[in-house]
Amino acid sequence: MATFDFLEIRHLHIDYDNLDQELLNEVIREEPSFQWCISCGCCTATCSAGNHTTFNIRRISLILRRGEVEGLEEELKKCMLCGKCTLVCPRDIQLRNVVMNIKKIILKKKTA
Amino acid sequence: MKKIVIIGGGIAGLEVSRLLLQEGFPVTLIEKSSHLGGNIRNYAYLFPDFTPSEEILKNYTSLPGNADLQLLLNTEIEKIDFSSRPYTLFSNDGIAISADPIIIATGYQIFDARLKEEFGYGIYDGVITSVEMEKMIREQHIVTPYGKAPRRIAFIHCVGSRDAKVGNTYCSRLCCITAIKQAIETKKLLPQAEIFCFYIDLRMYGLTFEELYLNAQKEYNIQFVRGRLSETSEMIDKRLIIKAEDTLIGRPLKMMTDMLVLMVGMEASNFSKQFAYHNGLEIGEHGFFKPLNQFNARGKSQKEGIYFAGTSIGPMSVAETIEHAQATALSTISYLKGKEN
Repeated sequence: MATFDFLEIRHLHIDYDNLDQELLNEVIREEPSFQWCISCGCCTATCSAGNHTTFNIRRISLILRRGEVEGLEEELKKCMLCGKCTLVCPRDIQLRNVVMNIKKIILKKKTA
Repeated sequence: MKKIVIIGGGIAGLEVSRLLLQEGFPVTLIEKSSHLGGNIRNYAYLFPDFTPSEEILKNYTSLPGNADLQLLLNTEIEKIDFSSRPYTLFSNDGIAISADPIIIATGYQIFDARLKEEFGYGIYDGVITSVEMEKMIREQHIVTPYGKAPRRIAFIHCVGSRDAKVGNTYCSRLCCITAIKQAIETKKLLPQAEIFCFYIDLRMYGLTFEELYLNAQKEYNIQFVRGRLSETSEMIDKRLIIKAEDTLIGRPLKMMTDMLVLMVGMEASNFSKQFAYHNGLEIGEHGFFKPLNQFNARGKSQKEGIYFAGTSIGPMSVAETIEHAQATALSTISYLKGKEN
């Protein structure tokens, strides 16, 4: 099986007119703070998974906000749900809850 | 004749006093500490052109000798009785002062960096605040806690500002340009040192601020990293290790540094908050006094005859503070002449 990295660039351009926003909208509905990010990077700097793998929670969130979902489920398996990202976030984004919700919504879609 | 009382002897209170005296109105100036000047005394040089702060204070040196000025030092106002006009002020030592109008120029305090425990202030010696850095710049002697000239210095923007975790969600505005000012001054004193600024957004809001930013890159080789400090740790030799994300690259960053300067933001002074609480003056959501509106009544309060000057209503530079004080002085004069209430 080919390894698939969510953070790898798969589309040359961000196509704003053809975004897949279904998952994004559902995440925002469940956890509205997801929209408040200013990309300061504190979450990634402190991330337990990010210090040992290429996991980058800030970029994952940003790419999802740009409507890209391919490979997202696999990427989120790297998260240990330790919650340090939530502790350091200056915008009080409930990032752990965001991750939990993405996982939940993907699972719900699969089993629907 | 109405008795004008100005609370706070920083540059806002001093500028209001100076103008009212100049226009022939006697004033009473109340200052809680033993000297005039306030927070500006923490800064040796001012952005954007490195003007010595003494030059600003020089405008007020003749004030204490003015016969129309009643100066009350070491006097803290604890309560105002608004029930009858003129209002009555009560000081900590029990003096009652009748006053109308009252100009509140109680200023700001710097954010207590110890509240950001993960940044290491008060824990590691190499972590200092921008106010402590300014002191080193004034003395032209920048040293690490182990007495050596630092080879690498990191300035951290937005400490205690734009941070919901400490309750200050607003931008303090002045720290970005102050960091660049101090970075340049540091580089002048230590040409061999590597200097980094860690920022989230660089807010160069003044006309000539962007030039200073460009100059910092061009002439002084200051490095700008877009990422907010996540945590600090200390090595056995007292050097520091800082962690952030280099967000423009998208990878976590680790850096060893000899010194860490936290650009502490401005917040409403505890005095202002308590003062408002005990005296029924309205404060805004960020803890500063709330003016009547944000456009043409920034120096007026909700109460007749009560005015604000300077940083008691929010973060302001020295220039903005003086301008705001001038506007408030004009409102006060109009009020005294019965043209405005």
